[in-house]
Amino acid sequence: MNVINGGYPIDEIRKDFPILSEQVHGKPLVYLDNGASAHKPSTVIEQIKRTYETGYANVHRGVHHLSQIATDAMENARRKTQDLLNAADEKEIIFVRGATEGINLVASSWGRANLKEGDEIILSVLEHHSNIVPWQIVAEQTGAIVKVVPIGDDGTFLMEDYKKLLSDRTKMVAVTHVSNALGTVVPVTDVIRLAHEQGAVVLLDGCQAVPHISVDVQALDVDFYVFSGHKLYGPSGIGILYGKEALLELMPPYQGGGEMIDRVTFEKTTYAELPFKFEAGTPHIAGIIALGSAIDYVTGIGFDAITAHEHDLLEYATERLQSMNTIDILGTAPEKAAILSFNIEDVHPHDVGTILDHSGIAVRTGHHCAQPVMDRFDVAATVRASFGLYNTHDEVDALIEGVRKVQEIFA
Amino acid sequence: MSTDLRDLYQEIILDHSRKPHNSGHLDEATCEAQGNNPLCGDRISVYVKLDGDRIQDAMFEARGCAISVASASMMTDMIKGMTVDDAKAAHARFLELITDDDPPQLADDDQLAALIGVRDFPTRIKCATLPWQTFSAALDGGADEVTTE
Repeated sequence: MNVINGGYPIDEIRKDFPILSEQVHGKPLVYLDNGASAHKPSTVIEQIKRTYETGYANVHRGVHHLSQIATDAMENARRKTQDLLNAADEKEIIFVRGATEGINLVASSWGRANLKEGDEIILSVLEHHSNIVPWQIVAEQTGAIVKVVPIGDDGTFLMEDYKKLLSDRTKMVAVTHVSNALGTVVPVTDVIRLAHEQGAVVLLDGCQAVPHISVDVQALDVDFYVFSGHKLYGPSGIGILYGKEALLELMPPYQGGGEMIDRVTFEKTTYAELPFKFEAGTPHIAGIIALGSAIDYVTGIGFDAITAHEHDLLEYATERLQSMNTIDILGTAPEKAAILSFNIEDVHPHDVGTILDHSGIAVRTGHHCAQPVMDRFDVAATVRASFGLYNTHDEVDALIEGVRKVQEIFA
Repeated sequence: MSTDLRDLYQEIILDHSRKPHNSGHLDEATCEAQGNNPLCGDRISVYVKLDGDRIQDAMFEARGCAISVASASMMTDMIKGMTVDDAKAAHARFLELITDDDPPQLADDDQLAALIGVRDFPTRIKCATLPWQTFSAALDGGADEVTTE
């Protein structure tokens, strides 16, 4: 659907998501855990069904009709992803299981081929564990050193500290585009430019960016970009690694197997061309095709409209929470996207989560796989409300009502 | 508040979580152990002072939710003065009470009764059991950190 004139078509959008009419503990579902995983529109659900019912077989192998249909559909999804990210070439789009696998692929393949003792990898305090641990593993294997950019009290990425960490020893800068725990938007254009001035390569974790804002990998000039399909209203088990062709060409394979080979003998095996060199084994065929449908869905609404709608929700929710007593919002950077992390004084987030759940409100409570962020603010956990394109102001009101109820119980 | 929510957050639970009994480090502890719930980052240390096979004193330090803190508070109240065998039996009975499909009958004055509401909150059972698991590990030597996962 296209947003042409007038308001955001929220009623039509909500009808596209069957799960939104479910009840939880007898209350209408208020789903504010989109940062963990988003729900799927009917077009995505139907596409999975249609693939298995009419267009499924293994890809890139058979000469038979169904194999050709499945292969075409999968490659069509690759082109949709290319368009979504504005990648220069479709072979720069690698299908992986999720962002985690994408980062592991780069850390393992690029890292082991390019890092040596004393080289430096720069991360930030904002990182999800999946953009920390793979680098720690490759650092241990190669003797490289991990350096960490600190964040300010409001959760901003501290650019001056980043500049001080950068040097000709810096070989990789791997940072998040949008923080999953705080919602901070990292000034990635400057991060990338400064890294390139030192000859370093940049990987961005785009999990919390791609569902909310328009991403152009060529305009950013980013070297690697990863995201997960399930946060973009697509299936779980499918993710994307974008890499510049010149870099991917020079990288050794990550996993060996079928699909990724050119010719195998026991004396020597030659590898397939991009992107197949990095796609060993039978992929998540139906998932990839359905991710294409998810991309159609979000681009149909348009990122201008989605970003504006979610920004509006975030501002409204922030204002309402700020006006309440005993609420501590974590992450108040000027540039934020779709995520609101907070704590209620003297109440543990798990207790908040349980009480909200009983009002049908789904939020994430815990450390959000970002323990360094929790340590930075000296908390064990937070409550995180994360918005998606289908959330409403009424749902923000329900959240506020739920928070009031928690305060009453723990008063 | 809905009934089951009130069952979980009974006044006695809230009281224990606000003002936990036996909270702090026990300098004369003869055994101790650490517990960790990696899913939520909650941590607890349980300290036990044994005199022969009798638990003379027990304390804990915790960073956790109302359920885990209340459970630790009530547990330490309960086990003080017990023999090791009786305390282990209490642990086993507590597990049965909140996890068994067919839980044993409770006496009205049973000190474990307050936490039975957690039965209806499967995602929170580990919060209630972590203090007991950690206590049990302390008795067994406490070499490895207890984890809920």
